[in-house]
Parts: sequence; C-alpha cells; structure tokens
Amino acid sequence: MSWSEWISTLLLLSGGFFFVAGTVGLLRFPDVYTRLHALTKADNLGLGLTTAGLILQAETPPAALKLALIWVLVIVTGAAASYLIAGSARTAGLRPWRRP
Amino acid sequence: MTHLLSVFDVLLAAGLLGLAWLVMASRDLFRAVVLFIGFGLLLSLAWVRLGAADIALAEAAIGAGLTGVLLLNTTACLRRRETVPEAHLSTFARFLTGSLCVAGGCAIALIVADLAGQEGGLAGQVQARLAASGVSSPVTAVLLNFRGYDTLLEIGVLALAVIGLASLLAGDLKPLPAEPVDDPVLSALARRLFPVAILVAGHLLWSGTHAPGGAFQAGAVLGSGGVLLHLAGFTAFSRLRIRGLRALFVLGFCVFLAVAGGVVIAGNRLLEYPPGLARELIVLIESALMVSVGFMLAGLIIISSPPRPRDHFPLPRRGEMS
Repeated sequence: MSWSEWISTLLLLSGGFFFVAGTVGLLRFPDVYTRLHALTKADNLGLGLTTAGLILQAETPPAALKLALIWVLVIVTGAAASYLIAGSARTAGLRPWRRP
Repeated sequence: MTHLLSVFDVLLAAGLLGLAWLVMASRDLFRAVVLFIGFGLLLSLAWVRLGAADIALAEAAIGAGLTGVLLLNTTACLRRRETVPEAHLSTFARFLTGSLCVAGGCAIALIVADLAGQEGGLAGQVQARLAASGVSSPVTAVLLNFRGYDTLLEIGVLALAVIGLASLLAGDLKPLPAEPVDDPVLSALARRLFPVAILVAGHLLWSGTHAPGGAFQAGAVLGSGGVLLHLAGFTAFSRLRIRGLRALFVLGFCVFLAVAGGVVIAGNRLLEYPPGLARELIVLIESALMVSVGFMLAGLIIISSPPRPRDHFPLPRRGEMS
C-alpha cells in the first residue's frame, strides 16, 4: 500500500474510534444535554476524520469537494439540531443533571 | 475483503431485524417513530449493498426523511406521548398469528433462495438497447423510456392520492394555516440550506441521466427543503391557495401526458420518442416530475403539520444553568 493509503486507513480508523466514543457517550451519559455533547464529537471529529480519509481515496477533485461539502452540511445541521433539542428540553423543564 | 463484507451484511441484516422488532414492540409512539427513521437509514444501506443506488437514495430521502417527518407530525397531532394500548388476544390467536408469520417468512426465504441461481433477468436486453434510449443510465432508461407507461400512471396515481389527502385535510379553498416561528437559528439555517437543496436537487436530476439519481430523488430533496422552510416559519408556501397547489401537483403528470400525446400526434405510437429527441424529452419530463414531486411531498407534510403555539426558546433565568 502506498503512503496515502496508509494515511487514509489511519484517518478512517480514528474516525471510527470517535464514532464509537460518541455512541458510548450517547448510551451512558445521564441526561439530554450531556448526550448532545457526546454526539457532537461523533459528528464533527468522527465524520471529519472519516471524510478526510475518503478524500485521500477520492477519484476526482469534484468528488473530494462533494465529500467536504457533506461534512460541512452535517456540522451545520448538527449544530442547529443540537440547539433545537436542548432548547426544547429546556422549555419542557428538564434540568441539567447534577452530581448527587 | 469479501469476508469482511459478508460480516457487514450479516450485521446489517441482524440490525434490520432487531430494529423492526423494536419498532413493533415499543409502547411509546414517539420512540417507535424515531426507531422507524433509523430503520429507514439501515434499509438504504441494505439497498446500497444490493447494488441499487437509486432506490437507496429514494429510501434515505423519502422513506427515512420525509416519512419520518410525516409520522412525527401524526404523533404530535395525537395526544402527546400516547402509548400503544394493550392487545387482547387469546393464546390460540397469538399462536396462530405467530405460526402464519413464520410460515410466510420461510416461504419467502425459499423463493429468494430459489431465485439466487437464475440469470439476471432483462438486464442484457436493456444494455443492448441503451444507446438508442437517449440516456446512459439503465434505470432511467427503463423508468422513462422502455417502461414509461408505468411511470406515467404511477405519477397520476400519486397526484390523485395527494389531491385527495389535501382535500380531506385542508378543506375547501382556505389558505393553509401559517404559524410563524421566531427562532433565529432555525430561520438562519433554513435560509442557507434551501438554496443548497435546490442545487442538490438540480444535480441529482441531471446526474440521473448517467448515474444514480433522477426525478424522484431530486423531488424528495426539493420537498425536504420546502419542509425546512415551513418549519422555520416562512409562510410563503403555506399561503398558496389550494387551487395553485393542485396545479403544481398535476404539473408533472400533465407534461408527461402532453409528451405522450404529442408523439402520437406526430405519427409514432404512444410514448415512442423520436430517436433524436429522446434525451431532451426525458430531461423535460424529469424536470416537471421533480417540481411536482417536490411540491407534493412538501405539501403533504405542511398540510398535515399540527399547529404550534411555541415561540422562540425562553432564555434561562439567572443562576439556573450554572
């Protein structure tokens, strides 16, 4: 394998690690706000590293640009969605978890 | 590599079955709908693994995305957090239903196993005539040229269904309800994402002639953009009167019918495109279909959305979020 394939594999594996970390956080954290916090790791870092790894394997520059655009769109919508979910939870009266 | 892919396929199938069971077994309606959206996404992965990228695109956009929004609207229209009532079936009835389901599943598995050894159907004949169809994607050629009659009638049925639903839900010529929402983040997001949705829809429409894509997928993306605008409180679409909406719903069907009738008047048989004009006619029909499908999907969701009394989020009082 050439060096770009090695780097691409490394990036994909680290992206996978962040996805696993985000999922573990989603399952284990105590309330909505902390779970949203865990999900942003999966969204930004996990998807960003995965996209970077795929860009290295992309066949044409337009394909690489489309992959980067997908990452930017997911970040933007993820941020807005987190704000909306946290706001709805706040309006519904969910208080942040405090250490007992 | 193929062993890894087989492991992935087995995990995907197990995930699909598990999610389907969880959707059926959930007591809470909202939870069932969210799991159904996840099921739709896994299903589109399954379509990709089966080599049907067009169906995967449509499943992700319509099956997981827009159907999910429709189901969430329905859950909100019902009493909030309504749970599924207990079913009262005797043990014999449960046993009978269970064994019928198992028998049906085994029959389907046997049929699929039997099909696996056969040849690829009509793919060879489609490839042989692909050059004459005007497009280079076999899926688009079959949908809009070789079996265009089926697509014409499908669009007609879809338009009828949506018009019927709109007539039931929205009443007679009243403007649709508009509930402006004051949220700055949501309206900024909608304002920036809607042009992107239009661009992506146009790209999907054009790439449908030579790659996975096409009118339905592009229409689904347009519809999602319209739904996002409605959620953010832009009332332009909600103010369209029912008459105008009905015209947009049938636009695709009418253009398709006009092309079909036009070639008959020009001396060919029904839907037999003149050889030089096939590509232009297909792109024209697909564009009209995209607009129609977009408005139909967005209209369905906008019409069936519940009234929202909520303003933007209240800011936390001092000392609460520390």
